[in-house]
Amino acid sequence: MYQHGIASEDYYTFNSHEKQQRFESLLSQLRCLVCQNQTLADSNAPLAEDLRNQIYLKINAGQSDKNITEYLVSRYGNFILYRPPFDKATLVLWCGPFIIFLFSMIYLFHCIHNKTKIN
Amino acid sequence: MHIIRTVKFTIPLILFVIIIGFLWHGLKVNPGMIPSPLISQPAPEFKLPQLFYPNETTSNDDFIGHITLFNVWATWCNICIEENDFLLKLTNIENLRIMGLNYKDDVALAKQWLHEHGNPYHVVAVDSSGNTGIDWGVYGTPETFIIDKKGIIRYKHIGPINAAIWEKTLYPIIVQLRNETL
Repeated sequence: MYQHGIASEDYYTFNSHEKQQRFESLLSQLRCLVCQNQTLADSNAPLAEDLRNQIYLKINAGQSDKNITEYLVSRYGNFILYRPPFDKATLVLWCGPFIIFLFSMIYLFHCIHNKTKIN
Repeated sequence: MHIIRTVKFTIPLILFVIIIGFLWHGLKVNPGMIPSPLISQPAPEFKLPQLFYPNETTSNDDFIGHITLFNVWATWCNICIEENDFLLKLTNIENLRIMGLNYKDDVALAKQWLHEHGNPYHVVAVDSSGNTGIDWGVYGTPETFIIDKKGIIRYKHIGPINAAIWEKTLYPIIVQLRNETL
């Protein structure tokens, strides 16, 4: 029997180590919408408890991680995921920093190259 | 050459202004107002007991043919008392139903609360566990959904409804929905 202790007084038991790990992993990737800087693993908000319960039931019912996150995202939107999905809408968010960095580096080398040429 | 130098000087400045623009907009965005993915979707299915008639049920089928305000409330929600005052004023509006979802609450306390503050609801569904709330993407109280005559969710409002919000945002939607045929 594997037990998983959480912030609040409830605990969940699983009959396999794999299920327990999936449970912990999922909870740490999901945002508590009431206390928005906490994950479902840490938050004591009643909604977090309810959602932990649902996720527990679904893991035991044999649902995949993908099923479970789809279930939550279809109800609460992408904001419930700590890691925003990589799609058209978030392209700028994911790629932006790298592109800015790339252009900065190009400009920097250009400046250095020019300075070297003069000298 | 002078032109090139000026351009090189202004590009970082322009980029800076653009970034500041985005950050400024970000400051105004309220992270508490999470947009609902249920807009334009059919209302999630439910079948729950009624608060005042526990042997009878109410379900999403009851939305069909009516424009409904589906209001999520609880006795432990303090601001709901203020909202209730306003909802009572809406009960005289024709062709508009107000249905309540009593969320994670106590039945006896809920009945007492409505007796005390007034009951604006055509019917109140009792969601003691909060599981129906999860299906609707509820994460706090009060929240109000506008459902059209086909049972489709057309809008979600987070927080209490007051006169200003009603006039500016919600009532115009109701008017628009009235013109839609079943």
